[in-house]
Amino acid sequence: MSLTGLEIVAEEVPSDAPVVEGRSQWQLTWRRLRQDKVAMAALAVIAIMILLAIFAPVFVAITHHPPNIAYPLTGETAAGNPVPPGTAGFWLGTDGTGRDLFIRILYGARISLFVGFVTTAIGTLAGVSVGLIAGYFGGVVDLVLARFTDAVLAFPYVVLALALAVVLGPSLPVIIGVISFFSWAAIARVVRGQTLSIKEKEYIEAARSLGAGPFRIMFIDILPNLLAPVLVLATLYIPTAIVFEATLSYLGLGIQPPTASWGDILADAQNFYSVAWWYIVFPAAALLITTLAFNLLGDGIRDAMDPRTERIFAGAAGRRRRGRLRRGALTGGANFPNAAYVPPDHTANPPEI
Amino acid sequence: MSTAAADDDVLVRVEHLVKYFPVRAGALIRRTVGQVHAVDDVSLTIPRGKTLGLVGETGSGKSTLARCVAGLIPVTSGRVSFDGRDITGLSHGAMRPVRREIQMIFQDPYSSLNPRRRVGSIIGDPFAIHKTATGAERKRLVQELMERVGLNPEHYNRFPAEFSGGQRQRIGVARALALRPKLIICDEPVSALDVSIQAQVLNLLADLQQDYGLSYLFIAHDLEVVRHVSDSVAVMYLGRIGESGPKEQVYGSPRHPYTVALLSAAPAADPEAAAGRQRIILAGDVPSPIDPPSGCRFHPRCPKARALCGEQEPQLEVKADDPATHLTACHFPVEAGENLAAAGRSELT
Repeated sequence: MSLTGLEIVAEEVPSDAPVVEGRSQWQLTWRRLRQDKVAMAALAVIAIMILLAIFAPVFVAITHHPPNIAYPLTGETAAGNPVPPGTAGFWLGTDGTGRDLFIRILYGARISLFVGFVTTAIGTLAGVSVGLIAGYFGGVVDLVLARFTDAVLAFPYVVLALALAVVLGPSLPVIIGVISFFSWAAIARVVRGQTLSIKEKEYIEAARSLGAGPFRIMFIDILPNLLAPVLVLATLYIPTAIVFEATLSYLGLGIQPPTASWGDILADAQNFYSVAWWYIVFPAAALLITTLAFNLLGDGIRDAMDPRTERIFAGAAGRRRRGRLRRGALTGGANFPNAAYVPPDHTANPPEI
Repeated sequence: MSTAAADDDVLVRVEHLVKYFPVRAGALIRRTVGQVHAVDDVSLTIPRGKTLGLVGETGSGKSTLARCVAGLIPVTSGRVSFDGRDITGLSHGAMRPVRREIQMIFQDPYSSLNPRRRVGSIIGDPFAIHKTATGAERKRLVQELMERVGLNPEHYNRFPAEFSGGQRQRIGVARALALRPKLIICDEPVSALDVSIQAQVLNLLADLQQDYGLSYLFIAHDLEVVRHVSDSVAVMYLGRIGESGPKEQVYGSPRHPYTVALLSAAPAADPEAAAGRQRIILAGDVPSPIDPPSGCRFHPRCPKARALCGEQEPQLEVKADDPATHLTACHFPVEAGENLAAAGRSELT
């Protein structure tokens, strides 16, 4: 082995070289996600649903049917049953008390999405904090927090949620509190496990040797490595929370009438299923499409975050694309296939430093 | 080690350092069933502006010793003085200023850089943690460092994955250099690199030592690498130092049978010279550090072992005809020209 004679030659930097910026994990994920048609369709559905919920008052202005006003004359048949879609300006028909079903589904979407996002945000925040602290500090802290997490996961949560809703009285804050309470534990468990493995990495030791404190290490060094699984879990948790809220409302322990909620609408619709199919089909479809879209988006994000899945499902187009990039990387000496950067010619000067 | 050297010349003094790791068993009630004797009564000094090479097999306690010196793990007993100051058992707050003076370069250039952070942010970390520079000033310092270690400063916005192994190790060097430390602990900094890249990184480390007056504690299992970079060498076996001294002494006239065996096992650059030398094959594996052998820890594998070796522990001391800086822990040190391969072990068995 010869260890002498080799001198380091700093690579010449061309003055007109473009500013090179490495692509972050998020940019790469977004690029892969954009190739995923199913995930992009799901994202579009979610965006449309959110827009419909936000602009629900605009539809009220168009239809002149506020969500909580009943129209006994135009909105009900002589027998007192709901009128079918398209009748008397009711686009999706009316509900059991003669209210505009379309408007009520839109207002129900506001509740569902709000509950879904808020509880997931609270649950994620709490789960990440608990998981990070338990995993990083270990010892007694971990023992207490991990057992508490297990205990929460072991609860029959629907039963407990019902009990809590009964005791505390059904209202939006109670619903959000109850759903959040059951949402953090699964995330905490995943985060704790990941933290346990990441904290053994040498870069954590490097941070400690530089004098970084525990919170700096947890939030600056460990957290960015956890965001991928947490984002996937959170995306998949939103539909669970939406269904949970619908369940509670369906059982009469969630959002209270006359406020519209998909669970409430479905519960009421049960009484009319033989005479008004639209009354049960449309709110159920809204719930199904929304939760399905979130689940498909979550799956898509998971695939996009983990490039290994690309190899399994890659079609001919994907192979061509990667082949081109690989050739570019070989000839150019850029070390990353996705770096959008034309490297200088290294033939005279080996690129390896 | 050497008490002859004036304290001004000594940057780090390790005295009777012991580090045991408890071995626990039991699922619910954890109890300690044993101790891993990772480092057992090690004393050494690192001179200012020089390089101490630490060699030994995997599991001999080199890295544990390094982490104790760096203050990353608490010691079981003994003391580590840095710049004349005892740094063992300091609190996180009291240790902070010392951390600026002692930096580490790690073995694995892949796991020692956070894959989710940009290189500029990784190299700028020391400035952020010690609040010595912010914003444009920090960026300027980071780019200066990158240039100093031979990286393109324009690449500060890239991620570690976009660099090769050698470049990544340079990033690690830049990070260690950021706060202008007095001591850099290199924990097998080149063992994960190709040989040609190893040379470049070693040359870089040598240049930096010259420019900034750095001291190195250089850990490796590659004897040639240690010979190339070190001023003095310590050989570790099972948590203890078997032999230490100036590299010319340790490589030129090794006294400990383990050192002789290690040197004979190293591949030589010159095959003709290699053919002429004796080759010592050690019997068996390294014993478990949970239950180290009695007496001299090397005696179960030593070709020269006698009954005394299993009973009494040899002290690290100057042997006859050796200079005062060359210390050996052996009851029966190897004499010049002695053929170890032919030595019998009949007296022990």
